[in-house]
Amino acid sequence: MKLSLILATLLLTPAVTLAMTAEERGLQIAKEVDTRDTGFHDFKASMTMLLKNRHGEESLRDMRNQTLEVENDGDKTLVVFDEPRDVKGTALLSFSHKAGDDDQWLYLPALKRVKRIASRNKSGPFMGSEFAYEDISSQEVEKYTYKFIEESTHEGIASLLLERYPVDPNSGYTRQQMWVDKERYIPIKIDYYDRKNVLLKTLVFRGYQQYLDQYWRADEMYMENHQTGKSTLLTWKQYDFRSGLTDADFNKNSLKRAR
Amino acid sequence: MRLWRWIVCLMPGLLSAGEWSGYAELQGRYFPQDAAYEKQSDHLISLAFQPEYYQRWDNANQSLLVVPFFRWDSEDEERTHADIRELIWTYAGNRWEAQAGVGKVFWGVTEALHLVDTINQTDLVENPDGEQKLGQPLIKLSLEQDWGILDFYTLIGFRERTFPGEEGRLRSHPPVDQDHAEYESNREERHLDFALRWSHYIGDWDIGLAHFNGTSRDPLLIPRISNRGEISLIPFYEQMRQTSLDLQATKGDWLWKLEAIHRSIDSGSYNAATGGFEYTLVGIADTDMDLGLLGEYLYDDRGDDATTPFQNDIFIGFRLTANDVDGSELLAGVIKDMDEDSWMFNLEASRRIGSDWKTSAQIRLWSDIAEQDPLYSLRRDDYAELTLTRFF
Repeated sequence: MKLSLILATLLLTPAVTLAMTAEERGLQIAKEVDTRDTGFHDFKASMTMLLKNRHGEESLRDMRNQTLEVENDGDKTLVVFDEPRDVKGTALLSFSHKAGDDDQWLYLPALKRVKRIASRNKSGPFMGSEFAYEDISSQEVEKYTYKFIEESTHEGIASLLLERYPVDPNSGYTRQQMWVDKERYIPIKIDYYDRKNVLLKTLVFRGYQQYLDQYWRADEMYMENHQTGKSTLLTWKQYDFRSGLTDADFNKNSLKRAR
Repeated sequence: MRLWRWIVCLMPGLLSAGEWSGYAELQGRYFPQDAAYEKQSDHLISLAFQPEYYQRWDNANQSLLVVPFFRWDSEDEERTHADIRELIWTYAGNRWEAQAGVGKVFWGVTEALHLVDTINQTDLVENPDGEQKLGQPLIKLSLEQDWGILDFYTLIGFRERTFPGEEGRLRSHPPVDQDHAEYESNREERHLDFALRWSHYIGDWDIGLAHFNGTSRDPLLIPRISNRGEISLIPFYEQMRQTSLDLQATKGDWLWKLEAIHRSIDSGSYNAATGGFEYTLVGIADTDMDLGLLGEYLYDDRGDDATTPFQNDIFIGFRLTANDVDGSELLAGVIKDMDEDSWMFNLEASRRIGSDWKTSAQIRLWSDIAEQDPLYSLRRDDYAELTLTRFF
């Protein structure tokens, strides 16, 4: 079964590739990336962001992430902040969608207040870091259009280079160039071009590990801003897949309980 | 004491296995104008301390949160006070939640005034904006359904509002006599209050409907002459029934907000509402900064007889969010009375220093306050406040 599948792929791929436009090929790659990452159901992880400015001054962000996969829509995510101390217990609940704005609620523990916030602001810095909200929110196929550029080797890894164009007019980018590992179908590097089509940031994924024998997650995501000289190193730790999260863990009550 | 024993029995290892956090702050206020009343001074220094203990157990289904609060004030002995902000046990079931103890609850969406928010008493000595609250003893059951969240509250025991003392600025004239509060109910502060709230979201809309039956958190202030011939204001807490609506539509960069209440008290009933918008300009002037523009209208159908100063007022303000490493923020606004010349100005700014410290500043000004306005006694109490907070 497996062998025949591989044979079929080998036989069919060149023909299919030839028949496709660059856009179709780009979309095909994006869908393959998505398909291979589907079915994880849920995970918990802790995240650390190390922010550095051009003078080398550092600042730390600690948070915990819970994500629930939603069939036929974007994921549900709950992020709770531990550091810096003044925002400890602040939590962000997001229901991302394949099309249109995400739903977001912010919990402010000092006032016990849950605020529905405008999520149209996708391009703004997340917690003062070099990651914009749109960089770390659920990456849905429908959020971009695609174009295949070429096969290339990136740092010794056979890659597929594609360009993707945000569908949302409120995105901070005109385009992104993404290098996808040809074998594992995971992103290894992304170049972000700002609204003036000038290279703004580069994101590099490092230390990929496989979970549940299928899902690849990078231990480190390093984002460098070429225009400001600032950088953010996002480190993921303590991944716990299929931890038993359900829909009930993603409502306003669980947002208040999260801490 | 019995409560403590019960908690200790419930979870061995208390105070060792949980986590401690909290903050300590140093605050200074300066009042540039001469005080309107004797004994008031033109500045204050104050220290506050709020430790926080949290522990969860039983697969994180149960948790205990303990938050005492202490403040020392150099001028006003009433502002030197302590409170249990929270001492609450939470049980999270599958699609339901139970809470018991001393808790804090916030309802509402608007910025200038929080009409709908009724569960907790205002700790008015903390700040004249009324946003600081006293802990409320309560039992809460919450059901999480597909059609929304339904909360049932039983409020055991009543907390009296705190008021600045005779030496304090930002007080009424004559001052409030807090030792002789009176109640409509003969059960006084032991009256059992009940509240029910349904909240849900449908697409861009967040909606909350609530009903409250019990002791009003807003006292009437009744002048009285003491045996010694001194005039003071006695807080009188009425019984009330209040139905409220809070609504927010989140439409792209626009937030549309409405809070409305219908309150019935012995002497009659009235309606009040606050509504408006917040519009956010994202990334202004090619920076990472966001500028929010706020506008709200404040209405109370009692008009001049209203016990609130906000019976026909407009609030206009802006919120600047730097989105920088230090989380710098600035909120400034004016509330203008549409019937009188009076207006008040408010500015709040804050930024982080490193990861454990924060500075914040406040400026509040009152101007052309009419004599019949409830804010008249604050007319000379413009102030600037600086606070340095250390989180741990």
